[in-house]
Amino acid sequence: MAKSGLDAEARQGLTLMAPPFLYALVILAAPLLTILTYSFLKDGYLEVIREFTLDNYLQVWADPIVRKIMLRSLFVSALVTLVTVALAFPIAYYVSFMVRPERKSMWLFLITIPFWTSYLIRVFLWKVILGYNGVINSTLTGLGIIDEPLTFILYNVNSIVLTLAHAYAPFAILPIFVSLEKIDRSLLEAGRDLGESRAMTFWRVTLPLAMPGVIAATLIVFIPTIGDYVTPELIGGGKIPMIANLIQVQMLALDNRPLGSALAVTAMLIVAVVSLIFLFLNRRFLKVRQ
Amino acid sequence: MKAGMFRGSGLRLYALFYLLFLYAPILLLPLFAFNSGTIIAFPLQGFTTDWFGQMWENATLRRALGNSLTIAVSASVLATCFGIFAARASTRFSFPGKGGIMGFIMLPMVLPEIIVAMSLLVVLLGVGIELSILTVIFGHTLICMPYAIAILSTAFSSLDKSLEEAAYDLGETKWSAFRLITLPLVMPGIVSALLISFTISLDEFIIAFFLAGSEPTLPTYIFSQLRFPKQIPMIMALGTVLVALSICLLAIGEYFRRRGNARIGGKETGGFL
Repeated sequence: MAKSGLDAEARQGLTLMAPPFLYALVILAAPLLTILTYSFLKDGYLEVIREFTLDNYLQVWADPIVRKIMLRSLFVSALVTLVTVALAFPIAYYVSFMVRPERKSMWLFLITIPFWTSYLIRVFLWKVILGYNGVINSTLTGLGIIDEPLTFILYNVNSIVLTLAHAYAPFAILPIFVSLEKIDRSLLEAGRDLGESRAMTFWRVTLPLAMPGVIAATLIVFIPTIGDYVTPELIGGGKIPMIANLIQVQMLALDNRPLGSALAVTAMLIVAVVSLIFLFLNRRFLKVRQ
Repeated sequence: MKAGMFRGSGLRLYALFYLLFLYAPILLLPLFAFNSGTIIAFPLQGFTTDWFGQMWENATLRRALGNSLTIAVSASVLATCFGIFAARASTRFSFPGKGGIMGFIMLPMVLPEIIVAMSLLVVLLGVGIELSILTVIFGHTLICMPYAIAILSTAFSSLDKSLEEAAYDLGETKWSAFRLITLPLVMPGIVSALLISFTISLDEFIIAFFLAGSEPTLPTYIFSQLRFPKQIPMIMALGTVLVALSICLLAIGEYFRRRGNARIGGKETGGFL
């Protein structure tokens, strides 16, 4: 009786789940499997030859240019992640511990608004702010602080990092905020009562308990930034391509789908490995917590 | 502003600077949109609304707007419908493979968009489907779905199961109970899922850029114009309008989300992310 009831429930659940699941299968799984297959096929002129080969992967891993761009993408997104999370933590801490409860959601709303406005225009405006005749340079020269416009902030990795750190800020703040909110405030009082200084309480109680949020934030920022296409294109002036730009060039401009696919699969593998490392770390912290 | 918490004052200052950093680009936008100078730099010249007029008369821009609205409306309705199914199934029923299926459906939230766009493009070209706004709708529905599910799951999970059971006991069928009891209670969640999906689709660039063929959408039009310095002031005007529109939509979405939370007695969780 109980078993058949469970079966009916499972059937109902699966029936309801079927439309979105089938949609994701057709629009997401099938294309991903296709590029996985393509990455093992040979490239002919304007067509894909159905013949198994590992050449694409050998080429991806051996080519010094590909390796350089791959490493740059990793470096940039690691730097973006570090900067974004480091800047976001104090904000999450401030909203969780210092802001009055009834005003918290207003703060979160304020933080998320810029994120929902046109990404392209935001990125472009950073170019305006950082540019040769941009807001920062014209202000500084106008005030007589510098004579020559600063050039280290445009068309290079610094400007890409700053722009991306701005774009992904809410992604970092929200998970950290959620984990800080979950901390039992009496633990902090206990730490203080036992004679720990405020800094030590933060270091030994708050920070370890907030770690799952920090790791979630790291992951949520790292994964999309490594595949960002717009910022290197607009801010980097096309001179500092990242992996997404390389994939696009191989797939469309050079029409080498197998090689482009191998690049995409490699990028996904790297992202997956990094994510797994972080999830493993997260599990360790969660264990400590229990 | 004068909470008088001494130890928080440093942090408060930092928080204000951080907000300034977050809002810097948005604050500059209207400055340049109403500036009569053609170069986007300080000092500002004079006040003008010419750029808004120029924007209004631009035929390609109007076409791009039409396309973007068609795509955003279709994608948000589709994503929300799929989202209702998934959220209902995941919050109300237990079935084998639930975690895996949900994880898979939520995947586009973290997958780099370039990979979604490229793989979909390769398949579409391989099958021989012509690129149009329809193909963009397919892509946008996929990436909006996880956000819709996240919002709707919150709405469905805080629903009291006994309300539906009471309706069954009073002789309602499954469907009429859903229509009369469940649907009105999760309606704020549905509205907010629609608005968020609409906003995401309206602003999405990568998928539209690769899957739209020769049809312009607002972001791809903006991208194509950023190369021409002469067009920038008009793009700033367009950006100002878009930002104002997004803020309105988000405020409405936030209002519905909070009202929904209040209606089902949910706890404030803060934000839709």
